[in-house]
Amino acid sequence: MRLIVESGQKNRSCTLLPELSVPEYRMEASLLRGQELHLPEVSETEISRHYTALAGRVHGVNNGFYPLGSCTMKYNPKINDEIAAMEGFSNIHPLQPEYTAEGCLEVLKEAEEILTEITGMDAMTFQPAAGAHGEFTGLLLMHAYHTARKDSGRTKILVPDSAHGTNPASAAMVGYTIINIPSTEHGLVDLTALKAALGNDTAGLMLTNPNTLGLFDTNILEITRLVHEAGGLNYYDGANLNAVIGRARPGDMGFDIVHLNLHKTFSTPHGGGGPGSGPVGCKKNLANYLPGNRVARDGENHYLLQQEESVGRVKMFEGNFLIVLRALTYLLTLGKEGMADISGNAVLNANYMMKRLEDTFEVAYPGVCMHEFVLTLEKLKEETGVSALDMAKGIQEYGIHPPTMYFPNIVHEALMLEPTETESKETIDRAVDIMLQLYDKAQNEPERLKEAPINQPVRRLDEVTAARKPILKHSDEEHCETCVE
Amino acid sequence: MAELKFTKTHEWVKYTEDGKAKVGLTEYAQQQLGDLVFINLPEEGDCVTVEDTFCDVESVKAVSDVYSPLTGTIARVNEDLLDAPELINEHPYEAWIAEIEDITETAEFLSEDEYETFIKSEA
Amino acid sequence: MGSYILNTERDKREMLLEIGISSVDELFGEIPAEILLKRELEIPAGRSELEVKKRMQKIAAKNHVFPTILRGAGAYSHYIPSIVKSVTSKEEFVTAYTPYQAEMSQGLLQAIFEYQTMICELTGMDASNASVYDGATAAAEAIAMCRDKKRHRVLVSEGVHPQVIEVIRTYLTGVEDTLVLIPCKEGATDMDALKEEIGDTTACVLIQQPNFYGIIEPADEIGEIVHQTKAEYIMHCNPIAMGLLKTPGECKADIAVGEGQPLGLPLSYGGPYLGFMAATEKMMRKLPGRIAGQTTDIEGKRAFVLTLQAREQHIRREKASSNICSNQALCALTAAVYMSAMGPSGMKQTASLCMSNAHYFANELCNLKGFRMEHKKEYFHEFVTICPDAAKVLEVLEEEDILGGLMLDDHRILWCVTEMTAKEELDRVVDILRTYQGHEE
Repeated sequence: MRLIVESGQKNRSCTLLPELSVPEYRMEASLLRGQELHLPEVSETEISRHYTALAGRVHGVNNGFYPLGSCTMKYNPKINDEIAAMEGFSNIHPLQPEYTAEGCLEVLKEAEEILTEITGMDAMTFQPAAGAHGEFTGLLLMHAYHTARKDSGRTKILVPDSAHGTNPASAAMVGYTIINIPSTEHGLVDLTALKAALGNDTAGLMLTNPNTLGLFDTNILEITRLVHEAGGLNYYDGANLNAVIGRARPGDMGFDIVHLNLHKTFSTPHGGGGPGSGPVGCKKNLANYLPGNRVARDGENHYLLQQEESVGRVKMFEGNFLIVLRALTYLLTLGKEGMADISGNAVLNANYMMKRLEDTFEVAYPGVCMHEFVLTLEKLKEETGVSALDMAKGIQEYGIHPPTMYFPNIVHEALMLEPTETESKETIDRAVDIMLQLYDKAQNEPERLKEAPINQPVRRLDEVTAARKPILKHSDEEHCETCVE
Repeated sequence: MAELKFTKTHEWVKYTEDGKAKVGLTEYAQQQLGDLVFINLPEEGDCVTVEDTFCDVESVKAVSDVYSPLTGTIARVNEDLLDAPELINEHPYEAWIAEIEDITETAEFLSEDEYETFIKSEA
Repeated sequence: MGSYILNTERDKREMLLEIGISSVDELFGEIPAEILLKRELEIPAGRSELEVKKRMQKIAAKNHVFPTILRGAGAYSHYIPSIVKSVTSKEEFVTAYTPYQAEMSQGLLQAIFEYQTMICELTGMDASNASVYDGATAAAEAIAMCRDKKRHRVLVSEGVHPQVIEVIRTYLTGVEDTLVLIPCKEGATDMDALKEEIGDTTACVLIQQPNFYGIIEPADEIGEIVHQTKAEYIMHCNPIAMGLLKTPGECKADIAVGEGQPLGLPLSYGGPYLGFMAATEKMMRKLPGRIAGQTTDIEGKRAFVLTLQAREQHIRREKASSNICSNQALCALTAAVYMSAMGPSGMKQTASLCMSNAHYFANELCNLKGFRMEHKKEYFHEFVTICPDAAKVLEVLEEEDILGGLMLDDHRILWCVTEMTAKEELDRVVDILRTYQGHEE
């Protein structure tokens, strides 16, 4: 397919803007760009068709099943987008006088009140734009807490080996040293190793519960108690909150800081990789360190409160407001009765899917799972040569987005599946039937799976050349010989 | 290859006449790493210490540290690898990464035979 | 109450039977009894879609939408072409995840590749990433790209947006680098102060173009000073101004970053926006976040894929220079559609309209009694006036449904004029102030 810069004609354009109504101001030539500006010269017709064609080459939740483990690809309700498009929200300047943005402040305050109740926290900031950004913010809170107590020797963050790669990367950004805590054979935190690692140099622990293996850590109260006794704080990575929402709260598990992914648990669209929102909640003793302004309530009215002890801003203005607005719309729709239904159905769907697969595929950690589970294709690969990657590519041919591959790192040939609560039994049954067929195919026609996918716009890609000799932008010299109209 | 010395972390060392030494990755290492796509070279003048990481190599979906088999100073780096990291895959014993001088300490070296035995035992 | 769950009671019974248990609650048996929530959450009860919509409309009505906006300071009111909204509401783009599975995400990957191409064109740089959270975090990430164990001083001009400086400061928590602010003189970065502070331990120098006060910085001269040392040069730019101004590439910047919101994104009370980041080829592999690259499939057909992933946190973990693992893909798509709709002529026309309208308005304002420009330097679409009572001026305008400039202190107002306000509207603003002054006398 052509690139948009390869479409159009010289001097073709859309007519969008009026003529000048004031005298033209000309800047002196030395300040102006000498370089020609090569942007597409296209009509609105061409733009519309180009992007319609591109959209046809993307698989979203609206196209079909998307059991991408750890990403909670649930349905994104349309009312959320409709509310976010309302001019009364979308056309508000972030530096408007507060009393002219009362509605925005009310949205932030109400979202804070609901989400702190759901997580068992006391205060929340909406500045962080994503989960990783929330982690960074949470670690800044830890840093501020220990610094305020003049407890400067706390330089280590403990992270289980099943954690998302972002956890150690976020801790490193704040200058912490990372100590990896191994998992037991049952996939839970190894308490002996945890005890050995704890000390007066421990700043805190970062934990996802249920963890990335889809297992709820039954020792959670002991884990958080041990960390507290050592003088550290407990950080809850909310990536997997969908599993326990409405049934258990991080605050009651002993966590001091929580980040949420509004784009996972709270149904805001992923947008192909963003924008998301990663609010951070914390207990009362940390609230003064939250970044940016806080929203305060005075009777019916709201105002922004500057925080003296804040760790500082992590983003301009008050965060990804329209994403928070979408999440609030979802929360108000589902309400208190709806929360436990989310986790109940997410966990039911996952266990049902796992049950139907487990006689054929090998489950990495058998037993009851939470909202997701991990298969290991290690034996299948030894027997047939078909890897987790091949299986994933085979699944694509049926219009289903493959599960997460090769994660968590501690499971070999991993496929991680998270069906979410917004899928039906029929959809899950169909996906299971397809995976069982593919398992047979792996035994009988392994070479066919190595060729997959054959019905997508492109076949498998040469990723080595892409990384060795990166082409990151279009160059005019290149002629589109290989592209298909 | 008799002039090469090997480490248990899969680097090779070749001393040159002027007391300097070239360092690279072994055939076994490059096979394990797969197609290399980039190398983060150290800088000339950097001090390196035995068994500390001094550079890393990237494949498409992995990154691996390279440990220094020597304590000393980086005299030169092989800038050809910046444009063509695949040289390590193609000719691992010619594609040196860095040349180290002012050597004060070395890792525990293995001979070629010892190294062969070692990698067999690892597998 | 609303719900998006498909399972019926019958489905649930069948599924529980297959699993071999009798109730959903049994699945939560691993959660210790002490922490199982035994009460209902204290949050509002669920509502129907109709009720929620009415409630949200009521909340939206508590906001005031200003038909005339003369305030910028980091968030800019520009015309958003209809085609932009139509393309970016396509559900495939909206509801997809990060394009890990390249074969089934070619449309998204190509859209990102096109965005990168356009950002490189606009900034005159070699390589762009797929965007980061916003302009401020882009600046902070750019500084992290320049981290060097022998260079610890980060020089930032005071002409940079105060909130951007705040974010930079936050990002330096726990890191060895020291932030040094270079003061402004007559509205632009003080070159003497810069020469004084820069040296062998300087990791990088960051300026904003045009700066917070709207002034056009001597970016090429600053570039020369920076490159006399071996420091890196970062320019934080307004993308609309880039249609006209000398590019970061031409000013020898090593990294160009900026707030992409003016490229077709609504004000949205501050977000979501996008931070664009582009660099020279030399620094390409230090760019954080997602990057789409061109390659071929096994049949030789052109295709796109996320590339240079070994830089990223999911592989490097604690050794990654950034923890970012997303991009503002939908916002980047918005920016790309906006730039396509505008084309080279539209981008230049927008910049020219902004600049000409701003200069017209500044002249008219300064014809009012007591108003004068604070600086004499060349500016783009923002400028600072001095007047006797800034608060009163803004109040008078607000009563007439006009969001005036941003009050910097009792006497200084930072105005912004874009293509959205033409002569007639600007004249009305000045007339309102003139009438007010008349009444005062």
